[in-house]
Amino acid sequence: MATYKPVVVQACPKLGEKITQDTLYWRGYKTPVQIKEFGAINKIDFSPVPPYNYAVTASSRVHIYGRYSQEPIKAFSRFRDAAYCATYRDDGCLLTAGSEDGSVCLFDTSGKAPLRQFEGHTKAVHLAGFLSDKYRIFSGGDDYSSNVWDIPSGGKIISYSEHTDYVRCGCASKVNADVFITGSYDHTVKLFDARTKSSVMTIEHGHPVESVLLFPSGGLLVSAGGRYVKVWDVLKGGQLLVSLKNHHKTVTCLCLNSSGQRLLSGSLDRHVKIYSTTSYKVVHSFSYATSILSLALSPEDETIVVGMTNGVLNVKHRKPEEKNESSQKKRQPAYRTYVKGRTYMPKQEDFCVSKPVKRVLRKYDKLLRGFQSSKALDAVLEPPIMLHTPEVTVAVMQELYRRGTLRSALAGRDEKQVNLLLTFVARRVIEPRFTPVLVTVADMITDIYQPVVGQSAIVDRQFLKLQQAIGKEIDYQEELLEVLGMMDTLFATFTKKRDKCLEENKSNGVTGIIETNMNY
Amino acid sequence: MVAPGALRVVRCGGSAVRGARAVYLLCASGDFVKVYSVSTEETLRLIGGHADLVTGIQLNPHNHMQLYSSSLDGTIKLWDFMDGILIKTFTVGSQLLALYTLAAAEDLVFVVIPKKGERDTFQLVSVQLTKGAGQNLEGKELSVVLDGVGASVKHIAFGREGTYVVSVKDVNLQVYFFKQRVLNRFSLSTVKTKGDNRFSCVMCHPTEDCIATGHADGKIRLWRNFHLRKEYTYSTLHWHHDTVMDLAFSMEGTRLLSGGVESVLVQWHNESSCQKDFLPRLGSPIEYISMSSDGALCCTLHTDNRITIINSNLRFSRSIQGLIRSRDVKTGLVVDPRTKALVLNGEPGHLQFYSLQSDQQLFSLDIVQRQYIHQAGLKQSDLVKVAFSAQGTWLATVEESEEVTDPELQLKLWFYSEETQSFTLNTRVNSPHDNHITDMCFRDVNELGDHSLILVTAGRDCVFKVWVMVEDTDPEVHQSVSWSCDFVGSYHNYQATNCCFSEDGSLLAVSFEETVTVWDSRTWDLKCTFCHPPGNIRNICFGRLTCSKYLIGATDYGFLCCWNLLTCALEWNAHLNVVVLQPDPLSEHIVAVSWLSKESSLFVFKPNMPRPIYIQRNLCKEKILLAAFVPRDEPEVISSEKYLWLRKSQLFFLTDTQELLTLSTKSLEERLTPSSKQLAVEESVPVTPFSLLLGKHRHQQAQEDVNLGKPVVHNKQEQASPAVKELLHTPAHVLPSASFLCTIFINSLLISKENKSAEEVADEVEMESEKAEDDSDEEDVTAMEQEDTSHMELLGEMPCKVSKSQEKELRKLRKVDYSWIAAL
Repeated sequence: MATYKPVVVQACPKLGEKITQDTLYWRGYKTPVQIKEFGAINKIDFSPVPPYNYAVTASSRVHIYGRYSQEPIKAFSRFRDAAYCATYRDDGCLLTAGSEDGSVCLFDTSGKAPLRQFEGHTKAVHLAGFLSDKYRIFSGGDDYSSNVWDIPSGGKIISYSEHTDYVRCGCASKVNADVFITGSYDHTVKLFDARTKSSVMTIEHGHPVESVLLFPSGGLLVSAGGRYVKVWDVLKGGQLLVSLKNHHKTVTCLCLNSSGQRLLSGSLDRHVKIYSTTSYKVVHSFSYATSILSLALSPEDETIVVGMTNGVLNVKHRKPEEKNESSQKKRQPAYRTYVKGRTYMPKQEDFCVSKPVKRVLRKYDKLLRGFQSSKALDAVLEPPIMLHTPEVTVAVMQELYRRGTLRSALAGRDEKQVNLLLTFVARRVIEPRFTPVLVTVADMITDIYQPVVGQSAIVDRQFLKLQQAIGKEIDYQEELLEVLGMMDTLFATFTKKRDKCLEENKSNGVTGIIETNMNY
Repeated sequence: MVAPGALRVVRCGGSAVRGARAVYLLCASGDFVKVYSVSTEETLRLIGGHADLVTGIQLNPHNHMQLYSSSLDGTIKLWDFMDGILIKTFTVGSQLLALYTLAAAEDLVFVVIPKKGERDTFQLVSVQLTKGAGQNLEGKELSVVLDGVGASVKHIAFGREGTYVVSVKDVNLQVYFFKQRVLNRFSLSTVKTKGDNRFSCVMCHPTEDCIATGHADGKIRLWRNFHLRKEYTYSTLHWHHDTVMDLAFSMEGTRLLSGGVESVLVQWHNESSCQKDFLPRLGSPIEYISMSSDGALCCTLHTDNRITIINSNLRFSRSIQGLIRSRDVKTGLVVDPRTKALVLNGEPGHLQFYSLQSDQQLFSLDIVQRQYIHQAGLKQSDLVKVAFSAQGTWLATVEESEEVTDPELQLKLWFYSEETQSFTLNTRVNSPHDNHITDMCFRDVNELGDHSLILVTAGRDCVFKVWVMVEDTDPEVHQSVSWSCDFVGSYHNYQATNCCFSEDGSLLAVSFEETVTVWDSRTWDLKCTFCHPPGNIRNICFGRLTCSKYLIGATDYGFLCCWNLLTCALEWNAHLNVVVLQPDPLSEHIVAVSWLSKESSLFVFKPNMPRPIYIQRNLCKEKILLAAFVPRDEPEVISSEKYLWLRKSQLFFLTDTQELLTLSTKSLEERLTPSSKQLAVEESVPVTPFSLLLGKHRHQQAQEDVNLGKPVVHNKQEQASPAVKELLHTPAHVLPSASFLCTIFINSLLISKENKSAEEVADEVEMESEKAEDDSDEEDVTAMEQEDTSHMELLGEMPCKVSKSQEKELRKLRKVDYSWIAAL
């Protein structure tokens, strides 16, 4: 036997981005904190140990910020010229940075003056970093060379000058203490082993390489340059795995999240894109005010720090998730009683009595079930429903129309209710999905309340508004038709040019019809 | 031989339902009486013997295992319904329209018969059932009780202990007291009330002097003191907004049940209007209400061929559902590839899956998903088109409202989910076309899998649209599939009327009024057009298997055309007013049903041959609207070459009177055997030493037959076995004497001789084939209507009339070369 069927509310698929697990995760950040630096921020690096301070390299300074501090807690400003690429060592104790004058400096995070200064590059050093054995530093400079330095002695261990252009980025392998990679403006990424005299592998990126990154496993290499982000399989000898082209300006920085599941890329086009490292599809993106130069993510994804070309540091903190815990605590006993006996498996001799499921009907459904049309319409004309879910109101109106009781439901209302109805109709009648129903509703209202026009100023004003709305919509439609006509002529000329594919009409809707009409 | 009307008519007219001890439910259905088990809803027995519609059934008040049934063929039959045995037949002579029995009057039944000499006047007569010895008796002792009664069963009721009888007609109520021999007449004034207050049904209180009458305006009146002509009183109960279709009192008379078009069962307590209970949404209008004799159950009979069993506390218990009769089968007959069930319009807004094997509804799928309101004048939206994909995983439905200007079209695509074992809604497209959708088909290519699935809809808005599946492939999010429009095609701004895919799915044929266009389904290029003016294209279909290069089309002006797709030329055409064109999915055969001057004819042909393989003239008097081939589970063994086309699939028709017909090579009894008789017998076989012995014996016999290699004899044996079975499992008290049974029993065990010599059979086959060829010859010559009819007459009497000389003539005719006609 059939039960009452509730009114079907026509749900419209929401256009735009879909809400996925990723969007929820990446949206969970507070409004950003903006900090002004002295110049373009070329590097941000998080300390790998708590409390996860981060070093920001901008102009001739390296600033160290605490997790929630707005002001730098420490500053290294003893550079003669611009500083580059301040990077923490694995234990967070030492910091190295390159400089415009060709020297590589080594700092103690607690001290002020550099512990060591490695001289050997003839031009600016844009790349400096620690190898994973903690005792060696590698660097790359605008003199096309890349060097490995010994910290205890302060001397140069080896120097490679294989690149044919500026060396601007690099990265050390976490797996092997001797391996590091460098990316250069000569469109190549080179992999060096400090034990050998020359590079081990050369990868052709195709554009000036702005940033490189090695996966924690050391097997995959990501390079960014031009508009492309490319992923290479190092173990297969530098085979291209995937090439991503999701930015429309040069990609400047790369970063992995703490779990290694997501890859982030920042670009001069003011966007940060987040890729899944399994499908290499964009799962989320952030947009910023100006071009992005550097990007870093703190451990556990607690903070996203982005450095801009105009020297603004944008810091986003993750929202705390305490609310859920408290509500869970409250519900716990109730939940336990709820699931009581859920897992019980009936035995063979048990006689099962199923509990009838209580169906919850909306208020308007209950009223419609009882054939109370007027009250059902009242129920959906209440502001919360009318404002936030107009489709429900329209669905009930349609149902009433189908039952033939819409006219009687609309009739016999006072000034306030008519005002409410007309406001709704005037606002929504131009929405294409509501138009067919609301036109009939508007017709009926004007029919019913024609005799009393002029008695109430408010209602009269609403009628005028409705008229205006419809007039505007008609003008709009006319304009659209004009545009369609123009497009038709364009498409028609387009088809004539293609002499061969006269009957080729694989396209969407409009053009298909036009083309076939043209043919005969 | 073929029984042309070998049909299983599913009718629900003139039925009365009575439960006996709330175990069996009896129901008159067409020419049969069906016995259902109340607990399992199973059809236990099909009692057949009447030659016409069964109009009334009543339990024998003195023996509850016996049943009286009356029929339009003028007989009253007494049955033992447990075993389906006919005990007695009383021939009355005139049409019997209703039947009543009384506990008080022994050997007396009351029937309604038409009054002699007057049309549309009926009288209630009592029939004395003579106690003769034989089976066939005359029931001629009629005495008129009441004159001018209504023809319906519901218009007459017998009062408390049979002391009076009440009859209603229009606005008149008459009560006749048997003892006093007094007739009281009451009539309602038509002037006073605005509504239509005619009587629609009447029922008497079982213990008190009280009559309940239902009226066309929805009122129920309870009459008392009606033995006084002036001082009678009545009270009114009013809930129904439309005609009260039937009333029923409970056993004690404390409760009154009423039902009507609203499909709500109303229970009135103590005859007061303030105390009432409802059982709403029973699905369709209630036609009859019946209480079981112990009062524990109540059942309602609905207009859509359904019986609902309801508990005494007004709870829905179960329902027995046959083929639903819907107002208009717009969807056509479609076969579900998964269940092999017939799919068509069911309840309003529902799709019914009807199993042909079990004559049961498998399930009803709610497509429209809206509350249906039974009210005249409402624009209801209903299902108009249905299509299944080849594997049955996808179902496409189109629904539209009855409004002409704005049909509110919706295209819905359903996916069969294995988990829930039902169809779930996948995509809904609002207004897929601007005007009515005329046809819809899936491209069903088995080899290419589901990814090649394409849906094409043709609309009256002059376009056809191609819908494809769009997959949302994100490995982390669960995969989801939806449908969207891929291509819109049109031709000269003509209305698209039909669409059809070729067997391999490479070509799509769409007919635009007078023209058939053929499109490449990969690039959607227009390949070629065919036209056979004048007249719009009514049906198109592609040939199958070896005939896949042909395209068949039928036009409005009565032409059947076959085009060759390789040469793009007309292969042949024939003058035939084709109503239905249906290709068999499993063979090359195509069935065309024509409609010519009040009779439908059937033609079976292969596209590569202009001559029909089989012709059945005068298939039925009604217009056949739809046809469908249902694949058989296993190919049937058909001896005659003529019927070979029925081997792989069975053909079903639906006529405009909503009757479902089929063609069968078997006789009625053979077909009934597996369905009705075996069920009860097999299950209730008690294991006795005798039955074991007999089982062994029978088994041996069967084996011997196989060894001898005599299939004919074997057949005979099988036919006999039910007789033996029945003999063994009939209760002893109803069996005739053993001496009478002995011969039957022995005969059944004997191996009979072949009754036809092989020569004779061969001769017959030849004759038949000859006949068929002759027919086809005539058919080719694009015969005029006159010729057609004359030929039909000839055909009807052919088997008996053909003399030797005529036969020779026919042979000559056959030898004449008609190929020049084909060239034309």
